[in-house]
Amino acid sequence: MQLDSKLPSGPIETAWDRRKFEMKLVNPANKRKYSIIVVGSGLAGGATSATLAELGYNVKCFCFQDSPRRAHSIAAQGGINAAKNYQNDGDSVFRLFYDTVKGGDFRSREPNVHRLAEISLNIIDQCVAQGVPFAREYGGTLSNRSFGGAQVSRTFYARGQTGQQLLLGAYQAMERQIGAGQIKMFPRTEMLDLIVIDGKARGIVTRNLIDGKIAAHIADAVVLGTGGYGNVFFLSTNAKGSNCTAIWRAYKRGAAFANPCYTQIHPTCIPVSGDYQSKLTLMSESLRNDGRIWVPLKKGDKRSPDQIPEAERDYYLERRYPSFGNLVPRDVASRNAKAVCDEGRGVGETGLGVYLDFSGAFKRLGRGAIEERYGNLFEMYERITGEDPYKIPMRIYPAIHYTMGGLWVDYQLMSTIPGLFVIGEANFSDHGANRLGASALMQGLADGYFILPYTIGDYLASTKLDKADADNPAAREGVNGAAGLTNKLLSIQGTRSVDSFHRELGKLLWEHCGMARNARGLQQALQKIPELREEFWKSVRVLGSGEELNQSLEKAGRVADYMEFAELMCLDALRRNESCGGHFREEYQTPEGEALRDDEHYSYVAAWQYTGPGSPPALHKEPLEFDYVHPAQRSYK
Amino acid sequence: MNLILHVWRQKSSGDAGRTVRYEANNVNADMSFLEMLDVLNESLMDRGEEPIAFDHDCREGICGMCGFMINGVAHGSQRGTTVCQLHMRHFKDGEELYLEPWRAKAFPVVRDLVVDRGAFDRIIAAGGFISIAAGSAPDGNTILVPKPAAEIAMDAAACIGCGACVAACPNASASLFTGAKITHLGVLPQGQPERTERVMSMVAAANRELFGSCTNIGECEAVCPKLIKLEVIARMNRDFIRASWSRRS
Repeated sequence: MQLDSKLPSGPIETAWDRRKFEMKLVNPANKRKYSIIVVGSGLAGGATSATLAELGYNVKCFCFQDSPRRAHSIAAQGGINAAKNYQNDGDSVFRLFYDTVKGGDFRSREPNVHRLAEISLNIIDQCVAQGVPFAREYGGTLSNRSFGGAQVSRTFYARGQTGQQLLLGAYQAMERQIGAGQIKMFPRTEMLDLIVIDGKARGIVTRNLIDGKIAAHIADAVVLGTGGYGNVFFLSTNAKGSNCTAIWRAYKRGAAFANPCYTQIHPTCIPVSGDYQSKLTLMSESLRNDGRIWVPLKKGDKRSPDQIPEAERDYYLERRYPSFGNLVPRDVASRNAKAVCDEGRGVGETGLGVYLDFSGAFKRLGRGAIEERYGNLFEMYERITGEDPYKIPMRIYPAIHYTMGGLWVDYQLMSTIPGLFVIGEANFSDHGANRLGASALMQGLADGYFILPYTIGDYLASTKLDKADADNPAAREGVNGAAGLTNKLLSIQGTRSVDSFHRELGKLLWEHCGMARNARGLQQALQKIPELREEFWKSVRVLGSGEELNQSLEKAGRVADYMEFAELMCLDALRRNESCGGHFREEYQTPEGEALRDDEHYSYVAAWQYTGPGSPPALHKEPLEFDYVHPAQRSYK
Repeated sequence: MNLILHVWRQKSSGDAGRTVRYEANNVNADMSFLEMLDVLNESLMDRGEEPIAFDHDCREGICGMCGFMINGVAHGSQRGTTVCQLHMRHFKDGEELYLEPWRAKAFPVVRDLVVDRGAFDRIIAAGGFISIAAGSAPDGNTILVPKPAAEIAMDAAACIGCGACVAACPNASASLFTGAKITHLGVLPQGQPERTERVMSMVAAANRELFGSCTNIGECEAVCPKLIKLEVIARMNRDFIRASWSRRS
């Protein structure tokens, strides 16, 4: 496998413009002759479906939910970054680029990130024009706030529901094209395999979740916007249905998987309360703008927070990072929370939590201002915990939230399989080893509205595609394979539920490949995962049939893929003998406990190639070069 | 705590369906309603019974996927709360609960508590958007939006499309849902060029889908998990009347 990243050369400021000019165009009259499959209807998939349809392509879009409006992008709370510099506080495209490369701990590609920063400007314009109800100043202009890891106010937001509003914007644009007949929508339909014909991605195999019919869909190109793999941990802030099946099956068809060990732990989630817990809930990190994080100075201090005087509190982020304080990036905030809890200073019944205290902000700004900024988050917290955060400080703890790794793509967002494009969280491209707050929405929409519609045209215009249909042997093999897998899961008739396996896998990964990792733990995990997988295939129990709505069967297929994917994630974490961003290896830290990168040996993208069942994957390295932002140890002191 | 559940079981859209009694034992007060059902489902599967199918995804009250009737109330009796965010601390030991899917001609039952809400998507497809192709937008700050208008738009845009309003309405009207989108787009300057067409085609689409008419009962507002106000229906009606007149002239 050859990794050709197709990165532009020359000055970075004009690289994307030059590339756009170099790319071939599809004549407007010819666009309608092409059909494109998009899997996923979130910010990336939804935006690109709408845009491709506006351009005149025939789009087929697939999602497993009952409507494209449900995609998990909807749950993003805080905001979306754009280098508009409306606040006149010194922001610029170059600063957003710089912050994102540094925030990613120097493990992302400079030209990709610069393009993202440039396009951030267009995204805001597009979303405003669509009617996204962004927060406004009294004069009618757009309002901004600062957000974790940034020292300028460049985050645009719609209360605590920015993801929802941006997604509904994309969804409405999609529905307009569905109404016009330019997009054919397939809700409650899951992708089970990728169809590769003559070395090119030409379609997908799907299962209709209502009647269980497995079918092949053929097109001229396939786009995956299927999100991340955070649910491999069972407990995460992802939606219950979010899964890695589409990207994993594409990997098994030849798409390289990049940096699977880069997972992001979000510092402000509601702590776990019991064994029945089905998911974790995130509280937007915008809360860190006005809330102060602390734990008691003394170990095992069980007094209620209002009984602990100021002098006996440790505002540990403000103490250790005076210039960024509570606004340090997510990985730093998460690791510090773990560290104080490991010291026995955690709060709450389990001792796995820290306080996020708004009492100072109430005094400074008044309750009204706090309500306006975070009202819905406070309500959500009270609903879940039964505690009133206006009276008692919130308790928070880190949880798996986002995955920076994903399918490897070149600058054109194409994977190692020609014709297979990957966008949004499903690819690996822009966030390096750590994503900054309010950047996921930016990347999903940049890929969807403004990058893929150009690059896919270049591919279609410069590629000769033979006629293909669902009777093609590759399509039939895919359909038979998917049906075989479904029947196999149903025929085991074992004794353990799908969830029990998923929980066990999640616990194993959280322990050995979670917030902190070490070689011994990872080796243990690599030994235990195949054992658990074997037991899964021997004793999983899926009731019912394959010809009906069968939610256990859907889950079983996804967990079967996690059982394989988990191994790749641990292997990647073991092979990366350094700490960077969300990947913290305990063996590699500075005396102060900060992540210690090894730029000499690990300044590369790790792209893994599938080599067949039972055979170890092959590692390919794409070296990273930094011409504009000089790698240095990240300091937020 | 222990609860008695009477749950609507229906194998497919063609099946007649019936209520089945279950006992949910050792329910923890900190569980969400759906977590309680997860635990019940695990015990059903241990007995070789197929689990109860219910829609859910984000479990944070924002995706709009979950929802069913608890004792005749959409999403249960906790105000402004979806079933995924409803916690068991609001129930009493020994309580009997009846769980049923949304009931409306436009929302056919798929299985158990799962219904097909595709009709909502078709209402949006009829005009619930602003026609602006990617790439053709002016700079964001050239469109000034008065703060009060932005707030009204956001209040309406908070709708999650769960369908509780339809399920609660004796007429199975989709007016709260449709009115919310018409309000969101209609109070913004960006939404003005298509305002007339939008209301006409969205209302027509809701009628085509066999949703009933609004008779100002207000059950929708009472159960809406996002507290969308009846005011959006008034705005829709006003726009509709104005649109009818302006079309005629």
